[in-house]
Amino acid sequence: MANPMRGAVIRLYKNLLYLGRDYPKGRDYFRNQLKAAFMKNKDVTDPEKIKELIARGEFVTKELEALYYLRKYRALKKRYYEPE
Amino acid sequence: MSARVLVGVKRVIDYAVKIRVKPDNSGVVTDGVKHSMNPFCEIAVEEAVKLKEKKLIKEVVVVSCGPQQVQETIRTALAMGADRGIHVEVSGKDSDTLGPLQVSKILAALAKKEDARLVILGKQAIDDDCNQTGQMTAALLDWPQGTFASEVVLEGDKLKVVREVDGGLETVRLRMPAVVTADLRLNTPRYATLPNIMKAKKKKIDVVKPSDLGVDLTSRLEVLRVDEPPQRQAGVKVETVEDLLSKLKEAGRI
Repeated sequence: MANPMRGAVIRLYKNLLYLGRDYPKGRDYFRNQLKAAFMKNKDVTDPEKIKELIARGEFVTKELEALYYLRKYRALKKRYYEPE
Repeated sequence: MSARVLVGVKRVIDYAVKIRVKPDNSGVVTDGVKHSMNPFCEIAVEEAVKLKEKKLIKEVVVVSCGPQQVQETIRTALAMGADRGIHVEVSGKDSDTLGPLQVSKILAALAKKEDARLVILGKQAIDDDCNQTGQMTAALLDWPQGTFASEVVLEGDKLKVVREVDGGLETVRLRMPAVVTADLRLNTPRYATLPNIMKAKKKKIDVVKPSDLGVDLTSRLEVLRVDEPPQRQAGVKVETVEDLLSKLKEAGRI
């Protein structure tokens, strides 16, 4: 009875949760936002729509990775290199 | 190419954490504080993995020295693409006094034992800022070194390294085997995502003791005291240019 996309959605949730540990505003803030975002769409059953939402989730994953990288790069550049 | 690359990584307090000095000034508070891989070590791992993906080297072996917890750091490197890990177990008193000299002796012994063609390290650790381990390792092995690397190109059996130095960029060609230390602009390290961490659990981490490698860990350095940097003085606002000049004269600046 469970939707075939269930596994993919749960995997996405776990991946985002793992990424959220380093979120600048705190891991609990991130977890609440993540849960709210997923709960908002909990009644969607159309596999096409779910695929779209998963793609959006993967986009957020990439954005988070970019955010983390830029934060780290800028912090290290500021700490270790003379301003140009 | 059948070359093996040895990458050294260090577990340090996370770069974003606010450091606090212990009340007895003996060191920095590390209990319960978030630790992660040294950012320059991440760049070193990324470079090694990139070389493997280009099929220029065969195997990436990641090494870390310290207590049990450094295995987390090794796992992160494995999740980024390293093939196997070596945990050099150093605990208790020895791990507190572990410095560049001891680590470079360990890395030199391992580089010989593992028959590595290339040793890649981060240029310095963000906790002690020594910037010595790479240089010492190269000296102990009597290998050429390309430090502060912002670009590394494998050309047959030679290595072309572009170094970021104060005067600009210096390009050197090194014979292999060699030691390279990674600088900030060498590459963009990939994030170790959860699926990769799960896959990395299957990869092997060998545990060795420094005594197995014939390394003596006694340190010739003793940390006497650790202090916070002096507090920034509050600025003083002035109303007119004359005020500014008189204040500067008072402070002996002009």
